[in-house]
Amino acid sequence: MKKTRRLEGIIHGCFLILGLITVGFVLLITVYLVISGIPAIIEIGPKEFLFGKRWASTAAEPEYGILPFILTSIYGTCGAIAIGVPVGFLSAVYLSKLAGRRIRTVAEEAVSLLAGIPSVVYGLVGMIILVPGIRKLFDIPDGASLLAAMIVLAIMILPSIIKVSMTSLDAVPKEYEDASLALGATPVETYFKVSVPAARSGIAAAVVLGVGRAIGEAMAVMMVSGNAANMPGLFESVKFLTTAVASEMSYSEGLQRQALFSIALVLYVFIMLINALLNGVLKKRGEK
Amino acid sequence: MNRLAGISKKRRVKIALLKALMLIAVAIASGIVIFLAVYVLARGLKGISWELLTTEPSYINDTIGILPDILNTLYIIIATLFFVVPLSVGAAIYLNEYAKSRRLVAVIEYAAETLSGIPSIIYGLVGMLIFCELFGFETCLLSGALTLVIMNIPTVMRTTQESLKSVPDSLREGAFGLGAGKWRVIKTVVLPCCVDGIVTGCILAVGRILGESAALLFTAGFSHDLNGLFEGLFKSGATLTVALYVYTKERAGLEVGFAIAAMLMLMTLAINLLAGAVKRGFKKRRDL
Repeated sequence: MKKTRRLEGIIHGCFLILGLITVGFVLLITVYLVISGIPAIIEIGPKEFLFGKRWASTAAEPEYGILPFILTSIYGTCGAIAIGVPVGFLSAVYLSKLAGRRIRTVAEEAVSLLAGIPSVVYGLVGMIILVPGIRKLFDIPDGASLLAAMIVLAIMILPSIIKVSMTSLDAVPKEYEDASLALGATPVETYFKVSVPAARSGIAAAVVLGVGRAIGEAMAVMMVSGNAANMPGLFESVKFLTTAVASEMSYSEGLQRQALFSIALVLYVFIMLINALLNGVLKKRGEK
Repeated sequence: MNRLAGISKKRRVKIALLKALMLIAVAIASGIVIFLAVYVLARGLKGISWELLTTEPSYINDTIGILPDILNTLYIIIATLFFVVPLSVGAAIYLNEYAKSRRLVAVIEYAAETLSGIPSIIYGLVGMLIFCELFGFETCLLSGALTLVIMNIPTVMRTTQESLKSVPDSLREGAFGLGAGKWRVIKTVVLPCCVDGIVTGCILAVGRILGESAALLFTAGFSHDLNGLFEGLFKSGATLTVALYVYTKERAGLEVGFAIAAMLMLMTLAINLLAGAVKRGFKKRRDL
């Protein structure tokens, strides 16, 4: 009897360890990024690093200012949201409220296909179609630009925005809509004035999720944005926080390599803030 | 029967406008999906040949074969699932069967959410630091697979947890009533009931592994040598997505790139359909 109890205790302990594994990994990642990211920031100087406008890591007198990357990531994400959210949100309202069953099933399948396509495939198609298209349309020497990255990111965040918005629109109690219809509002008015406000926290969560996706994407963006460390402009060739790390990591050494870890740390801080925001939005919905 | 009969012109215009906007959004979204699928398949399928699928790349003959990349992808999937299934199923069991403190559960779930929000480029970097450098594995498939294990724990954990929640308590109580210990109940009653969640989680994880590239660039590397499973795990190798990136970037292998893209697209579709079918199949069996 005592033996079985001890055995149960050991098994309980094993599962406890497994249960804590996600916490452990989060801590491990955080600690590693901080340890490897801080030295370069101190050596370069926090102000010069975060607000320096020039990144010339391979120059004779290297400069490590990552403001161009930070701004590019912010602008790129904002652009992707500005294009992707209206399209995704309006599609979600249509699919959730107006579309027939069959269209909905097909659309859901299409959305999961879009979500599952590897980012390099987006990058490839963007590189072959979008980049030359932008070059011709705006008559600029190279179409690989912030604009191309924004469009690719907008397409890549569409599935999460549509899916999450649809889920929260579907969850709006039918009584709300019925009441509005009974008061004489037309269906379309009801959807936009009753259902959408009722689902607003879910839609907000969808947007925040999209921001997280867009700011963390590396490969697709690397293939269409030109990869020069310019300050962001719609038609400039730019580097994001993610692509700065991805493009230089393989040949970097010394301080340059450490600076790349610092960039990753900055990106990580952004992601953590977004996560906290997302959690806040979702929690608010839970309390309501 | 005109439902809009008694409605002012202003309202009617507004409704028509909203409807039009929604239709435009849906048209854009579905246009993107259809265009992407048709374009990639049309350009890629004709590039898929028996020779491409079954040979190694050869500099002498100047031909590209993707057999090593297909095998590497397979090896990474096998290695990742080998580790990720026990870890995440264990974590899910702890959360659902053992954990008593609600706060601890909340912390673990928040950590899992955080893990799923971390961009893959950061996983790549931390994976490189921990597995390649700290553990001394160098750049090899195993390092890549271990990195992907951390990435995929939340996916498998979540689906397992969902299906654990749907195991009726009466089953557990019945087993306890017959005198079984906790571990025995889990082993013989709970686990067999949540196979559907584990399988769904694995399928979703395979989808993510197939599409992953940024996390593998610095951990698994990008050579194209033909290896068996066990020697392969300790050598550097490119998966299909990484090969796509390398070929389109370095050698003039656009056609190969599109061929791989088409294959990845078809695999994504197959995985989505399979995941859906598994879910439905198990649900039917459970409802019986």
